[in-house]
Amino acid sequence: MGAQVHGTQSFDNKKRADIKFNDDAMATVQKIISRYPEGKQKSALLPVLHVAQAEFGGWLSPEVMDYVAGILKIKPIEVFEVASFYTMFNLKPVGKCVIEVCQTSSCWLCGAEDVIKHIEKKLNIKVGETSRDGMFTLKTAECLGSCGTAPMMQIGASYHENLTYEKIDTILEKYKSEGKQRNYTDLDYNNTL
Amino acid sequence: MGRKLLIHNDKVPNIHTLEVYRAHGGYASVEKALKTMAPDQVTDEVKKSGLRGRGGAGFPTGMKWSFLAKPEGVPRYLVCNADESEPGTFKDRYLMEKIPHALVEGMITSSYALGANQSYIYIRGEYFYVARILETAIAEAYAAGYLGKNILGTNFSLDLSVQVGGGAYICGEETALLESLEGKRGNPRIKPPFPAVAGLWGCPTVVNNVETIAAVCPIVMMGGEEYAKIGIGKSTGTKLISASGHINKPGVYEIELGVPVEEFIYSEEYCGGIRNGKKLKAVVAGGSSVPILPTELILKTAKGEPRLMTYESLSDGGFQTGTMLGSGGFIVMDEDTSIVKNLFTFARFYHHESCGQCSPCREGTGWMEKILKKFINGTANESDVELLWDIQSKIEGKTICPLGEAAAWPVAAAIRHFKHEFIAIAKNKKFVDISHYNRLNKIIA
Repeated sequence: MGAQVHGTQSFDNKKRADIKFNDDAMATVQKIISRYPEGKQKSALLPVLHVAQAEFGGWLSPEVMDYVAGILKIKPIEVFEVASFYTMFNLKPVGKCVIEVCQTSSCWLCGAEDVIKHIEKKLNIKVGETSRDGMFTLKTAECLGSCGTAPMMQIGASYHENLTYEKIDTILEKYKSEGKQRNYTDLDYNNTL
Repeated sequence: MGRKLLIHNDKVPNIHTLEVYRAHGGYASVEKALKTMAPDQVTDEVKKSGLRGRGGAGFPTGMKWSFLAKPEGVPRYLVCNADESEPGTFKDRYLMEKIPHALVEGMITSSYALGANQSYIYIRGEYFYVARILETAIAEAYAAGYLGKNILGTNFSLDLSVQVGGGAYICGEETALLESLEGKRGNPRIKPPFPAVAGLWGCPTVVNNVETIAAVCPIVMMGGEEYAKIGIGKSTGTKLISASGHINKPGVYEIELGVPVEEFIYSEEYCGGIRNGKKLKAVVAGGSSVPILPTELILKTAKGEPRLMTYESLSDGGFQTGTMLGSGGFIVMDEDTSIVKNLFTFARFYHHESCGQCSPCREGTGWMEKILKKFINGTANESDVELLWDIQSKIEGKTICPLGEAAAWPVAAAIRHFKHEFIAIAKNKKFVDISHYNRLNKIIA
């Protein structure tokens, strides 16, 4: 694993040299770049940012974005303007598990507000906040394409659907006991919970 | 039972593997097209089939393909739009998750028709796990010789890869998708030029929805004319409908275009009626951007004819009394639903998803959300209904891409058909969400 940061830590300039993909991540990045014609490596930016976010603590610090710019041979601002446009990239530190509760139409019709209230109460945080132990950040999301299995929430790569209070409790306890950082890029997604 | 061409095998165990998929007739369209048909013949069959874009716009696919510029020495690209983000729509996710090879096969056959040697599937970032499923299927297809150099011993070569997005509804608009695929913000481009002339990296490009591309396989196998016999009039073939909301059996249904809306909602074969024995109040028939219709207008047209699940029947009466088939995102609301609150969730969605390029959309979506919030808080005045109407009317047609219309239409339709709900809240200075009962205890996990 690459350098990990959690909570309120951030990279300073001294640590810039520490920001480096490990061999596995670098191989993934090179494979992504190879999908595009020569000279079009900027196209790899979104998928590479996903890898970077997963490798460097679940968020993209300015230093990490600069590092990605260097790999893709593009200007740092080109990375920042993209990272700040797309909602899946976190520009501030987040908890190990980011809970995203869908709140659009069908999910609202089927009880998304109750899901949000329940999680707020359970974790003693409001939407947008991170739990004290740094384990969970609660967010709302706009339509995640799970309308037929509403209400739902996404945590990392996993879609948790047809939620009930009991199910939410079980899911959160499982993530807490595992204590792992969860990423969109995870291979071990588990949608069956 | 209607005919199924796309997801008829969705319950077959391990249909996501190449072996099982092929055992059920998979990749036959690649064999047939590459070995016995010229690329233009494939395009001709698609034209004859009457297939229309399944992403929402309903533009004839064969015509879109025939617009593709073919200058010598310039690569052409096929890009699959798997950025499914229209609220109420989850059919592409279902298809890709259950039968990933159906999309891979469609990509190969379609790329052959278009003369593309490099194709991409751009999938919304939240569907990361689906991207994994597709990547596994693509690797299997390479190993079996359906992708790569000289496919099945022919002169045709194709590389196919998946690209994940970053969470932006706007990237479902085809030029925003291309921008995103180039590693940029998803700002839609001014057209012309259209992607058929200058698309990905400035090269001629066709962008098609997942379901559209998957439908090319049965069209090649049965022939365009046979395909066109399914359905009614210009609504040919089958369509995947994502059914959600207050129904007994939410899910993805493949229908022959032409099924009556009433049958779709109430029959056991499809939605199975309204949950908890409630009455139907309203339906959003084709994804969040199409006009909402009250029960009497969704079941029957203003002329009193039964409303059918076709492009033409759903839009009968224009926006005054009709709606659109759109993406097939079919959201059903029961009698207890607050239309105002549902509209608020749409307005919040469009405000969040506006790319910010055009002022009418960037500012207008925010204003609409704010005013609707006043209704939810019970602080709105009667004049706010007029204000809301005024704002939506000033967005439509004044933006680079259709997100402006998509944001304006639901507001207009809600006011058109349910104005009394807005007025009642404004008069009473109180919003009561009677639909807000404790649902989560009632769902069986």
